[in-house]
Amino acid sequence: MRDVVILGVGMTKFGISNLSQKEMFAEAALDALQESQVKAGDLQALFVGNVLGDFEEGQINIAPFLAAEIGMRPEAPATRFECACASATVAVRHAVLMVRSGECDVVMAGGTERTAIMGTPLATKTFAMGSHSEYERFSGITFPGVFGMVAHQYAAKYGIPLESLKHAMAGVAVKNHKNGVLNPLAHFRKEISIDTVLQSPMIADPLQLFDCCPFSDGAAAIVIADAERYKDRVEKPILVAGTGQGSAGPVYRQKDLTRMAAREASAKRAYEEAGVGPSDIDVIELHDCFTIAEVVALEMLGIFDFGAAPEAIERGDTALDGKIPVNPSGGLKAKGHPIGATGAAQTYEIVKQLRGECGDRQVKDAEVGLVDTLGGDFSTVCTLVLRRY
Amino acid sequence: MGSYPLTFHEFKQGLAEGELPGLKCEECGEGIVPPSAVCTACGSTRLSRTSFAGKGSIRTFTVIRVGPEGFTPPYIVALVELDEGPWVLGNLVGVDAASAGMDLMNKKVIVGSKVLPLKPSESGVEGVVLTFELT
Ligand SMILES: [Zn+2]
Repeated sequence: MRDVVILGVGMTKFGISNLSQKEMFAEAALDALQESQVKAGDLQALFVGNVLGDFEEGQINIAPFLAAEIGMRPEAPATRFECACASATVAVRHAVLMVRSGECDVVMAGGTERTAIMGTPLATKTFAMGSHSEYERFSGITFPGVFGMVAHQYAAKYGIPLESLKHAMAGVAVKNHKNGVLNPLAHFRKEISIDTVLQSPMIADPLQLFDCCPFSDGAAAIVIADAERYKDRVEKPILVAGTGQGSAGPVYRQKDLTRMAAREASAKRAYEEAGVGPSDIDVIELHDCFTIAEVVALEMLGIFDFGAAPEAIERGDTALDGKIPVNPSGGLKAKGHPIGATGAAQTYEIVKQLRGECGDRQVKDAEVGLVDTLGGDFSTVCTLVLRRY
Repeated sequence: MGSYPLTFHEFKQGLAEGELPGLKCEECGEGIVPPSAVCTACGSTRLSRTSFAGKGSIRTFTVIRVGPEGFTPPYIVALVELDEGPWVLGNLVGVDAASAGMDLMNKKVIVGSKVLPLKPSESGVEGVVLTFELT
């Protein structure tokens, strides 16, 4: 099979934007093309994550509009991927598979999303559409609510007092905000304290406002190509060493919410394909939509033993200068969460880290990086292992 | 042609009559509720309709303080393990949501249901949610 590399990446500033989804995507895409030394007319396909464009801007079938916007040719198929918050990672993965198979030589993947114009009530309603529409939705379950249930189950399962777990969870938010200060593209660039988290309004017990990531606007784009033909276009191509994607049913079938079957399957596949294990990973961008999400992700990715993540977080293992830096970009918590673009932005950060271009938030000597993105109530999880080529 | 073993419509009708309808796998004996096209344990399509006793234990919960449009917080959403094995999602009622705490974990409940009529502006189907009451 062919080696597949990432040539270039682009990303808008995350936050509240008055640009349309197409305008944001165009900014990110043109930056990515510039870095890659590839012309839009040469791209053979576009794979784009976009979740709620229908509700946000009244726009369906956005992918061909995005392709046209940046000057791609009619011969290039352009397709929207919708896997809730994992959409862009799934788009990136399918772009990689298409190049790896030989169907295409150079393609673009990415995502765009403008969540902020929905306002909180509509956003809460549409985000909750990731739950089962017959057997879950009418309970009024919300996305933070599902992760509130994860936190309570975690505390009970491992016999950790809820107050201790919440302290470690707050530590995740504090750490990610601290990293966000160092990221010029982050939605929030402001340090917070443990007290900021623990004194914020309750959203879905035991999750408080600062346990939750924001609704953001933003876009990111990645140029992906056959290594043999394209690697010499850029100084530092990044190898997509392994990918995985897993699927699971509604939460009532998943039962133990601290062990997400889709994530464990996806990570296993990506590690195997890359020929690496958790101990080989130097830097991670993972799905911290809520603070507890980072806690459990670290365990399912094999970074810490089950039940041991809170202690490791308290020790500072996941800090920028810790044993295994997690979410150096600020994560979803501080960098922001434009849902359909998130996975592409996580990929952007890992590519920049592996190239050594992250300035004050650079993880020293990062050679192998991991992207982990979760969609819906952990019904889709997608994993990428990237390394220097 | 196959036919869906227990539709959402039939499930709601059963609930309205005070039953907790579900499926039982003829191959491996697994109990399945809410219904599924195939056995959730072994994948068999040999499923027969059954009723569940409607008793179980709370395995986790949350208190929704910021709800979607059309819901009035605070209210409790819980995952309950039925005595027959399957887990179901629903609302814990009859408990002060504002002061709910970890002491709810593993408490025994009985299962009922509540119909939620759709507003004219909403798409989809008339909803029904399982309700749990502490025993
Ligand atoms: Zn069976």
